[in-house]
Amino acid sequence: MNGRTDWTAHAVLALGALLFALPVWLAFAGSTQDSAAIARGDLSLLPNLANLGAYPRALIQGVMGTRPVWHMLLVSLGMAATIAVGKIAISILSAYAVVFFRFPFRRTAFWIIFVTLMLPVEVRIIPTYAVMSDLGLINSFTGLTMPLIASATATLLFRQIFLAVPDELVEAARMDGAGPLRFLRDVLIPVSAANIAALFVILFVYGWNQYLWPLLVATDPRLDTIVIGIVRMIGVESQTDWSAVMATAMLALLPPVAVVVLMQRWFVAGLAEGEK
Amino acid sequence: MERRTLFEGWLLPVLLVLPQLALTGVFFLWPAAAAIRSSAMLEDPFGLGTQFVALQNFEALFADPLYVQTILRTVVFCAAVSALSMSVALGLAVFADRDIRGRVIYRTLVIWPYAVAPALAAVLWLFLLDPHIGLIGRALPRIGIAWDPRINGGQAFLMVVLASAWKQVSYNFIFFLAGLQSVPRSVTEAARLDGARGWRRFRTITFPLLAPTTFFLLIVNLVYAAFDTFGTIQALTQGGPAKATETLVVKVYRDGVVNVDLGSSAAQSVVLMAGVILLTALQFRFLGRRNTA
Repeated sequence: MNGRTDWTAHAVLALGALLFALPVWLAFAGSTQDSAAIARGDLSLLPNLANLGAYPRALIQGVMGTRPVWHMLLVSLGMAATIAVGKIAISILSAYAVVFFRFPFRRTAFWIIFVTLMLPVEVRIIPTYAVMSDLGLINSFTGLTMPLIASATATLLFRQIFLAVPDELVEAARMDGAGPLRFLRDVLIPVSAANIAALFVILFVYGWNQYLWPLLVATDPRLDTIVIGIVRMIGVESQTDWSAVMATAMLALLPPVAVVVLMQRWFVAGLAEGEK
Repeated sequence: MERRTLFEGWLLPVLLVLPQLALTGVFFLWPAAAAIRSSAMLEDPFGLGTQFVALQNFEALFADPLYVQTILRTVVFCAAVSALSMSVALGLAVFADRDIRGRVIYRTLVIWPYAVAPALAAVLWLFLLDPHIGLIGRALPRIGIAWDPRINGGQAFLMVVLASAWKQVSYNFIFFLAGLQSVPRSVTEAARLDGARGWRRFRTITFPLLAPTTFFLLIVNLVYAAFDTFGTIQALTQGGPAKATETLVVKVYRDGVVNVDLGSSAAQSVVLMAGVILLTALQFRFLGRRNTA
């Protein structure tokens, strides 16, 4: 291109970046200030780096009567990781079966999985709750995670990847006497590693960010995720400990944002590939 | 498309596909069937029994002006969120597609909000727009705007639209940027040589080439705005004031979980299901069934 600096592009992008960063900066600045001052409306944009006391306070004691933030972070982490790993595992297995085998009701099985695309939890709130309660899964970690593990998107993605695996690879593996499970473990999973990484990011974020499902199925505060916890904190009417709330917001933000930023390359490629 | 080279046997694949089918059956199909079933039932006020009432719950639902209003409000909300987040994302993507220094950094700075939970986006926007503590919320009265989304429905609506759209920009940005990068340079160069300048070149050449991406994103955004914003709305306004920010999902939650009106909530669930099925069908119809191809 030409040698001139494209000032318009810089201005627009910087403005966009600022628009995204501003609320987070505000939360960070606020987390280092006095709650009473924030409540009075004296939230300064300049952080006071000497005053990070809101972080240990939130982490160890909790905020406005919630469980300690470290505990809620742990629940979120467990939930996000279980959902991501679980979805990837069962989706690889079912996509592998559908693509590489012929068995009775194969198409039916595929369509049953496909239909789940059209049944997000929001449209079946009460009956799903009823099923959970019949199975005794209310207020359990299993109940929090298991129903979110089934979904069509990951299966469809792996199906696409497996369909694109060259026939020669399958033939070669068969010549070497590899059985179906060894082929899956030694060939298919390694060649899909980049896609699995991308999917892990997407699903981890999906699991971490759940709100409606945990709200519904886990009323026991010991199962509160960090997202549930922070909404609970701002719902309290009086005497909000704002700096601790803002510290909690930062802590709730950090893990999924770190995963997305650190794995950005795989994630962006995987997203564009998977959804198309 | 099918594979030619296959493994033998049927027991193994059945075992492999079983875990997912079991989860799907128990947590998706069974509850969905139960929703359809109870949408045709009426529980008597004493909880002593239920009777079959066919479509009566639906008739009651659509005869209720409040429900029809909620439908319209949801449509406006979805349209506003999609239009706002898609246009901002497209604008940013166009500039991020240019050959400028530091574009990788800019890209990261726009992409990270993808990771923010909808409910957490609401909390962040509260820090900006709350009339007591918010940076902007406090400044508005000083320039003569009486800002209080807790009593002003229009302002509350604006607030949930902003918070919901903000969170979705990064997703749209990723897709628009990928779409722009797949537009062949030769095409835009040819247009440039023909004398088509900036805006016209974008309007007549680039944008039409982005049409499939735009349509795909429109569906995704509508679904996002309709379903995933429950956390945002619940955290910011709980649907208030006076239902000004109550979408269909907020209402189905309120009627089902809070007010325990099972027949009506089931009927509402079935209406929502029909909505998702319609949107998914549209997507696959016009995008050439990309996922099932």
